[in-house]
Amino acid sequence: MGYRCVVLVKQVPDTKKVTGKAMNDDGTVNRAALPAIFNPEDLNALESALRIRERYGGTVTVITMGAPAACDVLRDALYRGADRVILMTDRRAAGSDTLATSHILSCAVKHQGEFDLVICGRQAIDGDTAQVGPQCAEKLGIPQITYVEADVELNDRTIRARRGVGNGWETLEGPLPVLLTVTAEANVPRPPAARRIMRCKRARAPIEMRREIDEADPDAPDDQKQAAVEKRCEELKANGLLIEQVGLDDVSADLDWVGLRGSPTWVNRIQTIVLTGSGYKSVEPTDEGVAAMVHELIEDHTIG
Amino acid sequence: MIEPNPKGEVWVFAEQEDGQLSDVPLELMGRARVLADQLGVPVGSLLLGSDVAPLADRLVSHGADRVYLVDDPLLAQYQTNSYAKVVCDLIHKHRPQMLLYGATPMGRDLAPRCASACRCGLTADCTDLEIGSHEDRAAKKTHENLLMQIRPAFGGNIIATIVNVRRWPQMATVREGVMPMEPPDAARSGEVIREPAGVEPTDLVMKLIEQHRRPKRVNLKAARIIVAGGAGVGSRDNFRLIQDLANALGGAVGGSRAAVDGGYIGHDHQVGQTGTTVRPALYIACGISGAVQHRAGMDQSAKIIAVNTDPDAPIFQIAHYGIVGDLNVVLPKMIKAVKARS
Repeated sequence: MGYRCVVLVKQVPDTKKVTGKAMNDDGTVNRAALPAIFNPEDLNALESALRIRERYGGTVTVITMGAPAACDVLRDALYRGADRVILMTDRRAAGSDTLATSHILSCAVKHQGEFDLVICGRQAIDGDTAQVGPQCAEKLGIPQITYVEADVELNDRTIRARRGVGNGWETLEGPLPVLLTVTAEANVPRPPAARRIMRCKRARAPIEMRREIDEADPDAPDDQKQAAVEKRCEELKANGLLIEQVGLDDVSADLDWVGLRGSPTWVNRIQTIVLTGSGYKSVEPTDEGVAAMVHELIEDHTIG
Repeated sequence: MIEPNPKGEVWVFAEQEDGQLSDVPLELMGRARVLADQLGVPVGSLLLGSDVAPLADRLVSHGADRVYLVDDPLLAQYQTNSYAKVVCDLIHKHRPQMLLYGATPMGRDLAPRCASACRCGLTADCTDLEIGSHEDRAAKKTHENLLMQIRPAFGGNIIATIVNVRRWPQMATVREGVMPMEPPDAARSGEVIREPAGVEPTDLVMKLIEQHRRPKRVNLKAARIIVAGGAGVGSRDNFRLIQDLANALGGAVGGSRAAVDGGYIGHDHQVGQTGTTVRPALYIACGISGAVQHRAGMDQSAKIIAVNTDPDAPIFQIAHYGIVGDLNVVLPKMIKAVKARS
């Protein structure tokens, strides 16, 4: 049968490794101090797509919206088995909130061709909103199944998926095309394959190729450099190693709905969390120390 | 898209399942009341379902001035498409200025779908909501009477205040237990306004095949005293110490995410951002480092005792009493001291 899966992924700062150096004095994020990683639940989303391809046949296309550095996650997706990878990059997209992001991503999904499933991680570890998936589903005009926590079953144009609902689970059946958001419980993502790393580490997007050529020969005339970029990209494409690249105009995004000005929500203020730590009463780990504390808590009616 | 309506109501989505109201809308109603009173507008509640009219009274007694009741057999089971259609139709008809949902599996499935359809802003997992103003320096304009949507971000390392100046209604989701539930007032009165669902059977694209619900084994939100164990407890067997102290105090057992992930205690006992948010009279954190996601779930506790061998553990920053020591030594002493006094 074969199903065309499109996976939406994001490169994020590793917020689990935040130390004191991660925040600048003015409260902004020191992104240079944080390694950029593949958003963890997006790896689960990719794994879901790869399993669908293994079981039923079809293709896995991965799209990311980000700066050119996001090509790293696209290469990582190739190492794990993706067939086709697309970078949506455009300076005008900077400052996009979830609504603007979902507008841009849904344009990119429509632009890349037909699809049967769109699969996303439940949420990204920097924004933590879990909104982009469902908002893309609405914009694509397709139903959604969120919090998918197991392998899905496909039968012709019908899908069955189990979703987690807090104090239990439910199995839903619905039509294709559909958008899924997948949690960390759904599967264990396969690691990159050594063979695929060897083959795909040369994969580049045109913008990366342009930078490499600029560095190699900075004084060459622009049209010569551009010709070199096109030639190298043709070679990569022939070998299935071209990271496709699109901008807002390529995917017909509505510029009124992108970037900071196009986003309904704006940041009014950011405060770093500073714990003052001045408040605690030190208690000795002895019988006397503990008994005195318990006495106080009984006296003020906290205990008993 | 809807024109911002500064006279619009403050709405709360009244999540219910099988004829039972979730706690979250009742918690949100208290805050909605405060916000609406500040703005001088009514509080409305959206109640969708089948045979759910009896729930309207409770919403009124918790603060709703109006309950928009959409009662239809086709709404008996929650589904994204049908519920989103009803909510968006009501938004277009009545033009509220804000809509609050619980950040529950249902709320987090529904809210972004509605926000996208209405092309309005949505902020997830707010820990606080206030009325304030925003200065747009680029456009040299100050917007007043906005909903300040306050939430942790960046893995919990910063607190961000988000605003939505003109893509209204201003939508926000709030996790259960974050807003305190105010006591109901049976003397309050409110209107119940029946609205048609406008849903066809073809709008129900999903079919529920199977459902499995586990009743929660412990009611952490209701516990006055919680004794919680973290990674420092070391093993499932050793969690007995936590249970023993909880028993001696008449309290409930909690656990950090690390303890739950380590298999020391079940997920029902998890306290924190991805577990339950609690505000007991006394919270005793044993062998818990106090990562920000855990603190988010218990830092409103009236009194906090921290027991940890690491004097630099962040938990000490929010503790009222701090014991730098081994919980295996300290907890038996606490149990002894409590038993001696009772």
